[in-house]
Amino acid sequence: MTVALDSSLELHPQVAVRPEPFGALAYHYGNRRLIFLKHPDVVSVVKNLDQHATLADTLHACGVDPDRWSSFVSALSSLESSEIVRERATTR
Amino acid sequence: MSVQPLVEQLKGGLDAPICLTWELTYACNLQCVHCLSSSGQRDPRELSTAEAKHVLDELRDLQVFYINIGGGEPMVRRDFFDLVEYSVGNGIGVKFSTNGAFIDNDKARRLASMDYLDIQISLDGVDEATNDAVRGAGSYRMARTAMDELASAGFGPFKISVVVTRHNVAQLDEFKALADSYGAQLRVTRLRPAGRGADSWHELHPTLGQQRQIYDWLMANGENVLTGDSFFHLNALGDPLPGLNMCGAGRVVCLIDPIGDVYACPFVIHDEFRAGNVRDEGGFAKVWKESDLFRSLREPQSAGACASCGSYDACQGGCMAAKFFTGLPLDGPDPECVGGEGEHALQSVVPGSAPKPAMDHTKPVRLVRKPVSTS
Repeated sequence: MTVALDSSLELHPQVAVRPEPFGALAYHYGNRRLIFLKHPDVVSVVKNLDQHATLADTLHACGVDPDRWSSFVSALSSLESSEIVRERATTR
Repeated sequence: MSVQPLVEQLKGGLDAPICLTWELTYACNLQCVHCLSSSGQRDPRELSTAEAKHVLDELRDLQVFYINIGGGEPMVRRDFFDLVEYSVGNGIGVKFSTNGAFIDNDKARRLASMDYLDIQISLDGVDEATNDAVRGAGSYRMARTAMDELASAGFGPFKISVVVTRHNVAQLDEFKALADSYGAQLRVTRLRPAGRGADSWHELHPTLGQQRQIYDWLMANGENVLTGDSFFHLNALGDPLPGLNMCGAGRVVCLIDPIGDVYACPFVIHDEFRAGNVRDEGGFAKVWKESDLFRSLREPQSAGACASCGSYDACQGGCMAAKFFTGLPLDGPDPECVGGEGEHALQSVVPGSAPKPAMDHTKPVRLVRKPVSTS
């Protein structure tokens, strides 16, 4: 599954992110998955998802060049399938 | 997107370990012939509850996600549950290895009620004869009883942890079936010549022909079987096995032993691989970040005698511990090199010249049976 640019995402509440020289490590306490976030830009996007209405807004706010957005969509899609990020609940 | 392949970056070390093994005690009710830590008797210098909690505080501050607790038999420690609950309460998940002796109905329920806790029950044969030959009389029953208790307490998917030897290679499918029957996960790891294993390795380690059998089996079973990334020396046989496929010692892995000594990995309890002690000024964090040993392990390693072999990129020269305790040079082939170079190299090791494990907590043989002390 591919996440859409207009989807509202957030870091899964059971996930901890630890900064590392290459980017960060993300660990999901529920499914015990350890994921490497291999670029500092991916780390800042992941950490800022809940500050913005949509993924596109987050990419824009993090200063990611639109040429790179497609690679971020695939990175975020893979993170969603590992449950590192998830769709934000809309009812509130 | 990364500038350098991830594995190359990991070789330079992480800010904190991913995989930290902490052996809580050298005391054990069993005397397995391949015990990595030569466990048996408690060491009087073992960390107190307060000291252990202080280490956990440090690990929390370093954002260590989980720890692998072992021993000895960790459940022998009277503060076992106290420490596990303290760890989990601080956001450090616990995976612990046990022979199962102390998992009765009550303990199984207590374990089942905890979050962020994984259990590995050690079993080295699918039948009593194969298992008990390595782990001691009664140990098969003990492990199976513990599995039954965990299953009936609704613990969920625990792990069955198998050290692969030449006597159980043929049982891999049966181990998998046993795990499946419990809804458990199978974990198979490589036999290392560490601890008492240094003495039993030559009789127990899989033969060259069996190495291929293990590789084929792991390739066929893929990600459904855990391996602790321990079989990367087999990658010279073909496509790489799942996992990072590198030696993590001092880079992403380390060991804290029961007396607080920090070693590069669980398989090298020897002064040459001791980086410091958690009781030293600066604690664990300083040892991890600044010890000369760990810094040197994070430098690019020489391929040495393996440099001219086309498989070096695949196997990385194998396991440092396996070489060290069989008396082989660290910059040469693994004793179980699938190209046969290890067997060849072992022939030139002078008998008795291999380094001896640093400590031995094996229980002395008693000629007269004494009443069991509970102290």
